[in-house]
Amino acid sequence: MGSRASSLLREEDIEEIKKETGFSHSQITRLYSRFHSLDKGENGALSREDFQRIPELAINPLGDRIINAFFPEGTNKKYTAREDQVNFRGFMRTLAHFRPVEDNEKNKDLTSGEPLNSRTNKLHFAFQLYDLDRDDKISRDELLQVLRMMVGVNISDEQLGSIADRTIQEADTNGDMCISFSEFTKVLEKVDVEQKMSIRFLH
Amino acid sequence: MESYLFPFDSLICMLLGISFTVWFTLLLVFIIVPAIFGVSFGIRRVYMKSLIKLFEWATLRMERGAKEKNQHLYKPYSNGIIAKEPVSLEQEIQEMRRGSAEPEFDMSDIFYFCRRGVESIVDDEVTKRFTAEELESWNLLTRSNYNFHHISTRLTALWGMGVLIRYGFLLPLRVTLAFTGVGLLVVLTSIVGLFPNGRMKNYLSDKVHLMCYRICVRALTAIITYHDSENKPKNGGICVANHTSPIDVIILASDGCYAMVGQVHGGLMGVIQRAMVKACPHIWFERSEVKDRHLVAKRLSDHVADESKLPILIFPEGTCINNTSVMMFKKGSFEIGCTVYPVAIKYDPRFGDAFWNSSKFGMVNYLLHMMSSWAIVCSVWYLPPMSRMEGEDAVQFANRVKAAIARKGGLADLLWDGGLKRGKVKEVFKEEQQKLYSKVLVGSSEDRSRS
Repeated sequence: MGSRASSLLREEDIEEIKKETGFSHSQITRLYSRFHSLDKGENGALSREDFQRIPELAINPLGDRIINAFFPEGTNKKYTAREDQVNFRGFMRTLAHFRPVEDNEKNKDLTSGEPLNSRTNKLHFAFQLYDLDRDDKISRDELLQVLRMMVGVNISDEQLGSIADRTIQEADTNGDMCISFSEFTKVLEKVDVEQKMSIRFLH
Repeated sequence: MESYLFPFDSLICMLLGISFTVWFTLLLVFIIVPAIFGVSFGIRRVYMKSLIKLFEWATLRMERGAKEKNQHLYKPYSNGIIAKEPVSLEQEIQEMRRGSAEPEFDMSDIFYFCRRGVESIVDDEVTKRFTAEELESWNLLTRSNYNFHHISTRLTALWGMGVLIRYGFLLPLRVTLAFTGVGLLVVLTSIVGLFPNGRMKNYLSDKVHLMCYRICVRALTAIITYHDSENKPKNGGICVANHTSPIDVIILASDGCYAMVGQVHGGLMGVIQRAMVKACPHIWFERSEVKDRHLVAKRLSDHVADESKLPILIFPEGTCINNTSVMMFKKGSFEIGCTVYPVAIKYDPRFGDAFWNSSKFGMVNYLLHMMSSWAIVCSVWYLPPMSRMEGEDAVQFANRVKAAIARKGGLADLLWDGGLKRGKVKEVFKEEQQKLYSKVLVGSSEDRSRS
């Protein structure tokens, strides 16, 4: 039972997080220990630098976008004290999107409404990685940006441009040269999103 | 009033005098003399066995107590928080392509990176190597316990007694021994330095070094098991080992004689260094010389070329790692081209965590921690010597040695650089990932143009 995590996590907090995210008690305490070890400043919140200190995340081509997903727009006081910091609840809320869907059967005590790890919510998480300005549409520019992040310098601008154009053509059904969330969902309807966007949390 | 205290005064003085004498005699007989001759009474092993029994009892008691109070017991994530799937980028993308009719890019391609990214946020291979390991059972030190609420009086009493014993008895004992050991080292090596160079001097220097290191070993209550001593490093070679703490040096040097390598320090360290080098040739670098890789390499090669000089002791990781893994070995020592004697050191974390988190604790704080733990228990394995093979470059040789050490010590073998403790990861690794993905994208378009 070693852990440097101090007992800042109260039972009521754990219960609330359990209800909101569906994680089990032991998973929450373990993830709190992880949160604490990432929090170098020991102020109960993670900043972007704390995430960037993880080497495997720093070398991920989409690393910055993923880090962004933890810092939602605007300051919802429950999850962030400041715009550039995320507290443990916000951290758990984002991680909850990656819970496997089967686990929902085991935890019946979730709040009503769609659980955070439903197929739609997982797709929405991925959608937001593309949609940088959060206007609910993926424009050609935004698509190009993400493509450029993933391929680096290895593909020319023209080739990348034609890839982007082709992708938008295939997905866009209402002709506005942008991909909306419903068009995004339609394109990916055959993909096993539940499995691809799930992490096997051990109990 | 004063005359009333007087008889008590002298009585107290007498008692103190007697206890000091007894104390020092015991110290001499049971610790220093055996250290000089390299024998052991086996007291430490008995101590270790009784501690293990105690810890097991304490853990059971805590589990029982938690169950009675219906509290949740925190279990460390020794098996990991998540189960990662070892699927590569290409495999993943091929799988996703299978359904559809070969488009070049699919919007779902980001799922792989996304999942990998979040997995690394939850559990990554590198950052957890720079903090102390978590323990399965409690070892009665509050510094390693998350569950310590008041569960039972007996347990709290035991813990309290533990504190008393460790800080009241063990700590002063160890500090005395440490001072004795270091003091003797400085004095005796200086004396040996007065002898003319020759076999006598080498013999005496070896004996002096061994004796002082053995006293230091007892100063830490280190219980060390050496395996495969037939592979001990010989003159004209380099000994490489995984690095967990400065104590590694004491552990290895109490069983064999080595030439140390390091930077010249000021203060007490400097005094020790200057004294040691009088007795036998160690390699100390000035701060400015450390940057010059050629100079460093030259001095090391000159040393190994001289058969009369002791084997060099080097820690190629360059920094302290928490003893659950071995990180990248710097290739410098493997370019010299002599025989390499790998050594694996594995500490048993139940008795005291030897890892030095240099970004969190200073040296003095660390030594205090060490000397107030129960004991330092470790195993040392001497691996058979290795040399660079035909067609192998220094980096491959380094990785081969690292893999052998990791295997023997039961540690994870990582390619990551220990320098990541403080520095940022190089951009080139991200570029590799990008190149891989581009190959998958462009590769599929080549197939299309062919069909």
